[in-house]
Order: sequence, then C-alpha cells, then structure tokens
Amino acid sequence: MIHVENKDLVIPGQILADDEYYSGRGTFKENGKVCSSLLGRVSLRNKKIRVIPLKSKYVPKKGDVVIGKIKDVRFSMWDLDINSPYSGILPAFEVFGREKKELNKVYDVGDVLFLRVVDVDEIKKAKLGLKGRGMGKFKGGIIVDIAPTKVPRLIGKKGSMINMIKDKTNCKIVVGQNGLVWVKGNEDMEQLTREIIHLIEAEAHTSGLTNKIKNKLYMAIDGELPPEEVEETEEEFVLEKPKLQNFKEELEQEELEQEEKEAEEESAEETNEKKEKPDISEVIEEFKRKNKSKDGSLSYSDNSNNSFILNNK
Amino acid sequence: MSDIIRDDGRKFDELRPIKIEAGVLERADGSAYLEVGGNKILVAVYGPRESYIRRLLEPNTGVIRCRYNMAPFSVDDRKRPGPDRRSSEISKITADALRPALMLENYPRSMIDIYIEVIEAEGGTRCAGITAASVALVDAGIPMKDIVVGCAAGKVYDEIVLDLSEKEDKEGQADVPIAMMPRTGEITLLQSDGDLTEEEFAKAIDLAMEGCRKVNEIQKEALMKKYSIE
Repeated sequence: MIHVENKDLVIPGQILADDEYYSGRGTFKENGKVCSSLLGRVSLRNKKIRVIPLKSKYVPKKGDVVIGKIKDVRFSMWDLDINSPYSGILPAFEVFGREKKELNKVYDVGDVLFLRVVDVDEIKKAKLGLKGRGMGKFKGGIIVDIAPTKVPRLIGKKGSMINMIKDKTNCKIVVGQNGLVWVKGNEDMEQLTREIIHLIEAEAHTSGLTNKIKNKLYMAIDGELPPEEVEETEEEFVLEKPKLQNFKEELEQEELEQEEKEAEEESAEETNEKKEKPDISEVIEEFKRKNKSKDGSLSYSDNSNNSFILNNK
Repeated sequence: MSDIIRDDGRKFDELRPIKIEAGVLERADGSAYLEVGGNKILVAVYGPRESYIRRLLEPNTGVIRCRYNMAPFSVDDRKRPGPDRRSSEISKITADALRPALMLENYPRSMIDIYIEVIEAEGGTRCAGITAASVALVDAGIPMKDIVVGCAAGKVYDEIVLDLSEKEDKEGQADVPIAMMPRTGEITLLQSDGDLTEEEFAKAIDLAMEGCRKVNEIQKEALMKKYSIE
C-alpha cells in the first residue's frame, strides 16, 4: 500500500509506502515500511519511490561540471570552494602539463573558474580539471546561487529553459551542477536574469513553468506578451542528469574569438613539441634524476601530508 | 484528579500555546523560530560544511555541534552573557538528543553547526530548543530518520502535569524533560530532576510522550505550511 502521491510534499520520518515498494534515493526502509529521510517531493516510478530534496548541499561527483572560486594558491595546486561541504583541488599539472609557471600569476585567489570534476577520492575531495570546451576563468559577470537540486529545472528539457532566457536577455549563462550560475551581459539584464533564476528556483515544482517564465521575460523586456502561443510542452518533473550541450553552443562564440589567439599559441606549442619529441626519453630521464635527488617530493606535495609529518615529529 | 486546573488555567495534560515557523533566516542553511508560552527561541543551522576543526571530524560520518545560548535579556534578572555550566550542559544534551535521528553517512568529514538562541525564557527551554532545532535541521535539507521533539512533564503540588512553566518548575517537586522520535517512540533524551516514585515516573514519561506527539504535529504543520504549494 502507498500512502502518498507523486509530487507530494513529505518530511523526514514520514511513512511513504509498505514493503512492496522499492526504496530509492532520499528514503530508507525500516520495519517493512518505506520512509522519507528528507524534506522534499515524492517521485514515483514503477514502484520505486524517491524523494527529491527541496534543499541540499552539492556532493562532488565524477564528470560533473562545476563553478568554483579559488580560495588558496599552494605550491603545486589551487584550492577551490565549489559550494559544497568538500573543497576542490586543481593540480597545477592539469593546467600546465609538465611546464612550470608561477601559479598565482595564472589564477589568483578570488578568481572564478568553470571546471570539470576529474575524480573524487574516498574522502570526497574533488580533483578538478580544465579539459573541455569553455573551461577556464570567467571574466566579469555575476554569480547567482541556487539549490543544486534545482539545476535540472533551470536548464529545462534539452536546455529549453536556459536557452530561452539566453535568447531573450542576451546574457551569457553558464550553469554549474553545484548550483552556481554565472551570468554576463548588460547590467540591467544581469539583474533581470538573476531575478528570473531565483523565480525558477522558488517555483521549480510547478508545471508549465517554461511558459510562465517566458511570459514574464517578454513582459519585462518588451512590455507585452509573446505573440504566438507555442505548443504545449508537457513539462515533466525530470531530474535526470542535465544535458550540458547548451554550454558548448553558448561558448562557441567566445571560443571563436579566442581561436585566433589559441591558434597562434597552438602553433607555437606544436613547434615546441616537434622540437621536444625526438629527445623525449632524455627529458624523462632528466625528470627521473631530478626526482631522485629531491626524494620524489618534486612531483606532488600536499600540505596536509606535511603537517601530518610535522605532528609525528 | 484529571479535573484540576493549574495556576495558568491549564488542565494537567494541556500544553502551553505553541507556534513554530520554519525557514525564518535568509542566510542560514536552515532555521526555525518557536514560541511556547513565554519562550521565544531562534535556531540556525549551518551545514553540512567543511570541518575546520580537524580533531572533530569523523572519517565515516558527519558530526554535529550545538550551541545553546541565552540572551542576557531573556530572563528577569539580567543573565551574565557567555557560556556557563548550564548552557554547556544543554548544548551537549541537545546534540546528543538530535544525533540518533541524523543520517550523515553520505557526508563524511563534514560538520553541522546548530545555534540555539533563547530570546525569552519561561521554563522548558531545553525541550523547546530541541523541538526548534530539529525543525531547522529539516529545513536545512539534512537527511533524518525522524523529527526529534522534546517535551517535559513533572510533579507540581503532588500532581503529574505536562509542560511545566517557569513558576511550576520552581515551585514543583520534579521535572522530567524528554526528547523522542515520534514514529518509533525512541527516547533520545531523558533527564529527571526531583523526587518521583516509580509509578509517578512512569506516568510522567507517558504524559511527556503524549505531549511530544502533540508538539510533533505542530512541527509537521510548520514545515508543510512553509513549503507546500499555495
């Protein structure tokens, strides 16, 4: 027997269903009953009950794209705040490869970056990387933060919501799965976009939200409702992993601008590589020699490890 | 005996008027405001967040810390500000009362901070603090097995009564504050101050558990009211 309906608001400890139902995320089983462990809305799919939380903290997951703020520059990595109970690290070799540069000249404390979670270790520390389109430092713009659970709603089905906002406000928008959203555009439009994003967050559970937001946008910008009725797209309460293809399209423009510069750099790099390639074994040997002489501390050093050693002494 | 009327006009098993509001603070992850009788309590929850105190963190689960604080103006005679023996005790027992309900396995090495501020006190602040703190924890989106609720019973003028006021607490013979998880009936806090016979003690606990269930309904209402669709 089931005691709740789809999309019902539930609170922790509330009994949702009897034994024949499966307990999904946000629920637990006790004494043959499925109970909620979160404040959220029920999502029912073939006898599997899940509870989608209204609020939650982001827990890093491999492959996610996130927005992070640099909070410390260390010897061989950056420490980042990724709006989560767990901090992220961006190792220097993810950015430079083997090359050596001064870290704080590239990214300094306070810079906001768009990154990918490369790996999450057993203590949930996120290792971040910059491999991927449009990854790197943001210049200007504002950061809006929303609950990470509302991110799929902000993006919409195949990016319908976010693309609509982008088209209408002419803002560049990048959504990180950790609930941070970067918006850049005209100052007034930035503020409007911020309001719209918060509105979506507040009303994420209502159906037909895309149309509602559309009307709101048109009213705010044109002062009139959109001309033609768009076909009714049945908005489902989807919470699958958001497709992030929209970033790419969005960032393509920017990339085009940068491409010229990059092309120059790349060609320069290529020539460098060509020079390097024949004697790569020598380089490796040299690297090994260096490592030996410094007791292997060259490759990687973690502050926490250092402090641990100090404590032992 | 069930017909007795207490000093403030309540029946022996009647709670003081109670009001709970969830999500009152903008910048906290979760918050709650509670009024019961003359008590006014504000609770803020921050976290789960990165633990900045290394010795506290646990490798396999999250930890909670709790601070109970009474404002200097919360009682008739000005209270000296800052922690004292009583507030350290209440901080500890509140954290202990809430801990069994929390499911923090998914947040290892993290920390949750609970700040309980008593703005006005009129007897039974520790129970009220627990009640409000668990609403704030739910509001913060922290996974929990159940909502913890606190309520006290005691002995006043040789009668077992529910939810002692400050006057009853001072004049009465005993005070038994408890906290429980209403779904399973597990008791997470049990203190007893004063003299009670075995039967009286059992009766007081039954009465307090009954009171807890009533308060729990109000907690649920507060959360539903805050987040339900208009």
